[in-house]
Amino acid sequence: MGDLLIMISVFVLTFVIGYAVISRVPPLLHTPLMSMTNAISAVIILGGLLLFSLETTGVEKLLGFVALVAAAFNLFGGFMITDRMLKLFKKGNTPFELRR
Amino acid sequence: MGTALILATDFLIILLLLMGFLQFRNPTGARRGNFTAAFALLCTFGLVIGRHGSVEPGLVFAALLLGGALGWAVAGRIHMIQIPAMVAFQHGAGGIAACLIAFLELTRGTGGTATTLSEVSGLLGLTIGTATFSGSMIAGGKLAGLMKQQPVVVRFHSLLVLGCSFAVLLVAGIAGKGGPQTPVISLLILIGLSILLGILFAIRIGGADMPVLISFLNATAGLAAAFCGIALQNRLLIACGATVAASGSILTHVMCVAMNRGLTKVFMGSVSKQRTEGREVPTVEKSLIPSETADGGNGFEYALSAARIAKNVVIIPGYGMALAQAQFQVVRLARRLEELGKSVKFAIHPVAGRMPGHMNVLLAEADVDYEKLVEMEEINPEFPATDLALVVGACDVVNPAAIAREGTPISGMPILMAHEAKVVVVCNMDEKPGYSGVNNPVYEMAKTITLFGDAKETLGRLLEAL
Repeated sequence: MGDLLIMISVFVLTFVIGYAVISRVPPLLHTPLMSMTNAISAVIILGGLLLFSLETTGVEKLLGFVALVAAAFNLFGGFMITDRMLKLFKKGNTPFELRR
Repeated sequence: MGTALILATDFLIILLLLMGFLQFRNPTGARRGNFTAAFALLCTFGLVIGRHGSVEPGLVFAALLLGGALGWAVAGRIHMIQIPAMVAFQHGAGGIAACLIAFLELTRGTGGTATTLSEVSGLLGLTIGTATFSGSMIAGGKLAGLMKQQPVVVRFHSLLVLGCSFAVLLVAGIAGKGGPQTPVISLLILIGLSILLGILFAIRIGGADMPVLISFLNATAGLAAAFCGIALQNRLLIACGATVAASGSILTHVMCVAMNRGLTKVFMGSVSKQRTEGREVPTVEKSLIPSETADGGNGFEYALSAARIAKNVVIIPGYGMALAQAQFQVVRLARRLEELGKSVKFAIHPVAGRMPGHMNVLLAEADVDYEKLVEMEEINPEFPATDLALVVGACDVVNPAAIAREGTPISGMPILMAHEAKVVVVCNMDEKPGYSGVNNPVYEMAKTITLFGDAKETLGRLLEAL
């Protein structure tokens, strides 16, 4: 029971601190922010790892495999597209023609 | 490892993740923040492997390789206009993963699910994950243009959603009653109901409300992961899921405020709303039709002279600009105006585009200095002193009816005060009202010059003449 109390407090605390920190992200970066949090939600991949830390049946293997593929897609794709997006943001007044 | 040490490492990783968010203040910092967060996730990954080991390392590795390669290939190829669809499909991927993990955990009944609270969390993770999956697939389909953008409302829609939610609760209650192993059949029924709920929920939201839906699904994807974390008794999973849920909630709230619409209004209210003439998505074929520019030739001359004498110009881009792929032409025009010694800024409405902040990314892709992208609150006081407001493919976000009239679908929505500028030039596809269906009085003002037709072409001519 003590464990579950810890779990709930971890949830509440990170939600509250996360809320405070993320509220200060400027709207300019909202799309990359969502894209990055999307990649972070692929943390469910840990569930897949935990599944395969014990013996599994055939069906479990198959479903677990699908879950891992979906999460890995999210993870790699999410962080990569966020980086690509953020690279586009440029500062300074270089003339358009010189940039190409 | 001692318990204290395990707690400390978990704590450090969560701190690292929050550091990543802390760095999201400007684009350069955000790139570092993205790396920090990715590193934090890598650490959680290593930690779980290190602590629990793996019975099937080959299978896990193959899955990671396959998923990673897919993600890599898609992320490298996607265009910035497709980002909302990509993100929606990724929410779906997160949802299906959460659904499967929760399902497996509940049927196995090992580890955490022995206690009631973790079983409840598992059921919640399953339901939310599945609904996120089906909802995201609908949202992604709409955003990718595979489905109609307009909201689809079936008969007794709200009643159906309510009934479906009730059925989900009921089945989840029955499923939760079983011993440590939840019966598979009730879980399958639950999954089916959740899929239906997600579809019913997402299908009635369309067009300009998409940013709210996509932000909301972001939050639920995180929430599903967090609930799975409680079921699996993994603190790192809970923490990461909770931060994502927080971020999604913030974005949902920001989008609702930007449209002055409550969450329930967005999710439930579309039925009663009068959307007589939903904006048709301009297609390429349409833009080839000879437009009103023939009789507006006069207007073009006026617009040209207005651009010549203007000292400071504010450009207001809307999603119509992105659909016409006119952003590169807009930026070329902006540069030309700057070369002529004028000050040029871009006014960005929070809901311009199909997801929060989408317009910024589209303009950044077109090489606009991001310091010229000005937010609504900041730019609005400057409009009375603006010589020329150039509206490209935007309608509702500059519609003064939103602040002047009561009872319209957009009443109360904060707008960009383009009508206060000395001259307004509107480069829109046609004079049809925007997505809300409310006529825009800006078009009728004496100081407004309308240039209907393909914005890309109009701007090109303007650019040539300057």
